[in-house]
Amino acid sequence: MAVITTATTNKIQKYFMNFKHKFVFLFPGLFVLIGILIFPIIFTIRLSLSGWNSYTPEMNFIGITNYIRLFTDDPRFWESFFRLSFLSVSTVILQYIIGFALALMVWKEIKFKRFFRVIFLIPMMTTPVIMTVIWRTFFHESLGPVNDLLGHIGIGPILWLSDPVIAKFTVIIVEVWQWTPFMFLLLLAGLLSLPKEPFLAAAIDGASPLRKFVYVTFPLMAPISIGAIIIRLIEASKIMDTVFVLTSGGPGTATETSSFYIYIKGLREFQMGYAATLSFTYLVIMIISLTIIAKVLTKLMIKE
Amino acid sequence: MKTIKTCVTALISALLVFSNVAYADKWSDQFPHIKATGDIPGECSYESMSKKDYSGKTLKINTHAVPVMGEPTALHAEQFAKLTGAKVDVTHTPAGDLYAKAMVPFQAGQAPYDIVFGFSNFINDWRRYLAPVPKKYTDMKQMKDVTPSHIGIASWDGVMYQFPVDGDRHYLKYRKDVIDNPEYKKKYKADTGKELKVPTTWKEYGEMAAYFNDWDWDGDGEKEYGSAEVMKKDDLMYAAFYSRSAAYSKNPKTPGGFFFDLETMTPLINNPGFVEALTDWVAATKYVPPGGINFGLGDEIGSFGGGQTLFSFSWDDAFVAAMQPDSPINNKVGAAQLPGSTKVWNRKTNSWDEGFNQAPFFVWGWAVGVAKKSKEQEMAFDYLCFFANEANHQADIGIGRFGVNPFRDADFQADVWTQIGWDKDIAQSYVDTLAEMEKSKNRVFPLRVPGTFEFNAALATAAAKALAGQLSPQAALDEAAKQWNDILNRVGKDNVRKAYAVGVAMEDNKL
Repeated sequence: MAVITTATTNKIQKYFMNFKHKFVFLFPGLFVLIGILIFPIIFTIRLSLSGWNSYTPEMNFIGITNYIRLFTDDPRFWESFFRLSFLSVSTVILQYIIGFALALMVWKEIKFKRFFRVIFLIPMMTTPVIMTVIWRTFFHESLGPVNDLLGHIGIGPILWLSDPVIAKFTVIIVEVWQWTPFMFLLLLAGLLSLPKEPFLAAAIDGASPLRKFVYVTFPLMAPISIGAIIIRLIEASKIMDTVFVLTSGGPGTATETSSFYIYIKGLREFQMGYAATLSFTYLVIMIISLTIIAKVLTKLMIKE
Repeated sequence: MKTIKTCVTALISALLVFSNVAYADKWSDQFPHIKATGDIPGECSYESMSKKDYSGKTLKINTHAVPVMGEPTALHAEQFAKLTGAKVDVTHTPAGDLYAKAMVPFQAGQAPYDIVFGFSNFINDWRRYLAPVPKKYTDMKQMKDVTPSHIGIASWDGVMYQFPVDGDRHYLKYRKDVIDNPEYKKKYKADTGKELKVPTTWKEYGEMAAYFNDWDWDGDGEKEYGSAEVMKKDDLMYAAFYSRSAAYSKNPKTPGGFFFDLETMTPLINNPGFVEALTDWVAATKYVPPGGINFGLGDEIGSFGGGQTLFSFSWDDAFVAAMQPDSPINNKVGAAQLPGSTKVWNRKTNSWDEGFNQAPFFVWGWAVGVAKKSKEQEMAFDYLCFFANEANHQADIGIGRFGVNPFRDADFQADVWTQIGWDKDIAQSYVDTLAEMEKSKNRVFPLRVPGTFEFNAALATAAAKALAGQLSPQAALDEAAKQWNDILNRVGKDNVRKAYAVGVAMEDNKL
């Protein structure tokens, strides 16, 4: 009996020692996770159930009133969401095409390869807000150099920032300029890590450069392409600084995106409770959308 | 006896004058900003502040971005630090974020800033977090010169919460060298059959602006345009819209509210008067400079002040910028009341009343208060008092980009402006315009009700959609009115009515 008791005690002691051991190592990570991820989400959900604003400065409880308002009486949020979808998908497609082309260009042995690699990365290394201010100056319809130059060849003035359709393309131009280097960097890293054998086999078979790209390079690059596209989609869907500085969401609401709209509701109009509702709903929609997009891309781009 | 009196008067005058000069010499050497006047004696003068010792203390200020209000805040902070030994930290914030940047810590019971700048119509939301201006300051000589309307603007229920540093209203600015040009008068008459004169209605304004649009009418080799206006959403454009609406919608025969019917609290902003104003404004997108639909206040100041347009209407800044010595249109501009209309909507009879109508819009302006939870309230009020002392004020109002505009009786004297190089007739037309607004009995004051920001943002968004062609003027204002009703329901009609009644009483000349 005494032996069993000792064994059991040892087991229990060992169990607890192991448990403490694990706990000590896990605790910092858990603490950080709770602090920076779980708590803000729970707080946002709680805030979204309140009517906190400038005239009700408290975390009261109003149930799902804000959610009812969002789903029944706020077309501006949904318009901004669909606008965001258009802007983010189109910018990422363009970034992928241009980024892939640039990566292929400096992947091969060409003169000044290192120089070009650095040059292509410069836009990404600049501060987005400052660069957007510079772009805004370029595109200023009456004082900017772009219309001035176009005027010399009889074009314009083009309403870069004040025409509802053109303004969207101006935002796309700035976003593509700023973030194509990121796509370029990821895709170049992918190209440099590809195995040499498939390319040797294709060369022996006498495949043309186009066939090599279609049947060897592109399929081999599919996993990294999906990763790059998803990372950029996540980033592009948060577009805020470019819109804020370049157009302030205008003209009208022509370039207003979800994050900019949430910013207006929360920090300009001070509807904290409602802004939390928008944020949480937006988070849920983005998680679902990106999961579906990742699955679709995998199905389309990776062939068994 | 008469000779003795004359001699004594001359002696006293000379002493007074030279004592001022002595101050001027002493302080304007160190602070060239006040070189025109030198220090002017007072409780918050340079001399008085130099006797204070705030060494080891830090004053934290949140103000607007440079230059409008941000630049004078920083400049006077630097001067105040030199004079008192205090450390002054100035944070610059875009206009749209000033409200929230103060409100978040206010509501959390914190005071990261001792002094917060904002707009005077924040007063209803902010007053519970601001320290009332102490009697010591409200009794000061420099405060006694502030116009009664601006004392009222800075106060709520008779308690002053905002220290007066600025006084704002919207009025018309025009290119005098064009409007008074005999050749252009003849040409305009020949081409349109109408007289070229300072426009008295918005229709005339539109006709002249369209005529003088997109051609080089001042011979500088560059094209000029009809009008520069604040049309950018979220950049005070709601104020520009109210200015255009006042003539069509502020009917002296129907007191009891411009924005709402005070009795029923029905929003009035989609009535035919406002729709007419928005229709005019949509037409104005054709005679603003390219990109003018995205002009914020800074763009408007730069555009008119830089000689790019015939007309502009908004705050004083563009006018003062145009009158600065380095401006290409220095002494070529004129000021006049906002244009009126030949009809005004009567909401009682549901029809237009024919006849000329004009209504000045008192936009109020920059406001600043001291946080109730600030531990440095005395230093904070001293800083504000120093900011607005006579010498600083006189220097500041002459610099267009500073955004500091007249709010003292002394500012309405033409001499103040001729001293800084303005032509006498322009200075006179400027002070007459401002003074006439003070006298008008058909004025409009902005909303200062709970949720002001939401109301103005909803209106600005709707108006911006109309300007961008996304909605018709009627549809846009119907959308805004619907949102105003939603906001009323959220805030509570009685809460809004109670606060709105104060503004209506001012508009109806009962206060």
